[in-house]
Amino acid sequence: MDGTPLPGLPLSPKELVDEYFIENRTRLLEIAAFLDRLDRVDASYAGRDFRMKAFREALAALDGDGGRLDRIQIILSDPREAPLDALDRKSALGAYDRWSADSTGGRS
Amino acid sequence: MKYIDHHAHMVSRTTDDYQHMALSGCVAVTEPAFWAGWDRSHADGFEDYFRQLTDFEPKRAAQYHIQHYAWMAMNPKEADDRPLSREVLARIPKFLDRPTVLGIGEIGLNRVTRNEIDTYTEQIELAREHRQLILIHTPHLEDKLKGTRISVDVLRTFPSLEPSRVLVDHAEEHTLAMILDHGYWAGLTLYPQTKVSAARAADIVERFGPERICIAGACDWGPSDALAVPRFIMEMRRRRHPEALIHRLVFENPVRFLSQCERFKIRPELERETVGSR
Repeated sequence: MDGTPLPGLPLSPKELVDEYFIENRTRLLEIAAFLDRLDRVDASYAGRDFRMKAFREALAALDGDGGRLDRIQIILSDPREAPLDALDRKSALGAYDRWSADSTGGRS
Repeated sequence: MKYIDHHAHMVSRTTDDYQHMALSGCVAVTEPAFWAGWDRSHADGFEDYFRQLTDFEPKRAAQYHIQHYAWMAMNPKEADDRPLSREVLARIPKFLDRPTVLGIGEIGLNRVTRNEIDTYTEQIELAREHRQLILIHTPHLEDKLKGTRISVDVLRTFPSLEPSRVLVDHAEEHTLAMILDHGYWAGLTLYPQTKVSAARAADIVERFGPERICIAGACDWGPSDALAVPRFIMEMRRRRHPEALIHRLVFENPVRFLSQCERFKIRPELERETVGSR
């Protein structure tokens, strides 16, 4: 680092909430609606899909002070250090399957 | 405000996008070689693509007074195919002397396989041998943390490589420190779903500061936004950040990194712009 002070956020807490509350209220309702929608289809499914298990852990990580985003990034990350021996698929799925020895699942 | 988008896959975009980017202040784009969304069957397909990047695309951009530069590479999505990668790498050197080529990129890892690491390592060696700047792609989503760690570890096995000549792109909150701490440049790419939003990019700047950070849109053939950098500028203004800070992030920083290649025509000392008038 070059010693320049961190910029910080120029807004006051009230200004921040005034400016950003409505759009984040919208995001909150979208998440609630997504979970309700999934329950309407199959209320037990979220307990069987590793992506939704990780999603629930991420929601729980919203509780508590500060560092929420960093905690969620780690919850959703592959914690392993070794590379894959062979290519299994072309794209990432958004969460790592910590609940199964075979981490290629999640499409059921 | 003038800006440079250091990561834009313009071959996938329309001329309308060039026009909108020019209208919003874009003066230069740099285009890394990447995956077309499907795997090419032969190295000839890559050679035609490299010609498109170095012959055709600069002319298309110039119609809108945008400077277009390119990076040559075997992209991470196809890098697991070792025989094809070897063929493509053998064809890259003849493009490195083209007048708009800035270096080797985007190289890196996708699913973080041993084959991808071998291809990545060979491309770093190629860059070192030809003294090229390097632009590195880091993997998406759950693969990003592991993939960035390994990408940085491999870079560090090349002690003669100057960190200041390497930009590690698609950084996020959990990977930025490991990039900056080793002296590399970091790119924040603004993507609607799989990378960072303009708001999170602004958060990152507030937490980590502006040094060695560049902002790009990474627009391509998928859901993405050719005007992502101007939207970042708007987000920073919404938070009342000073114009000088924003200008540093979207113009001065990319000029500092990219002008290490003499072919990049915008020089820091020639492009002073009056800021702070807001």
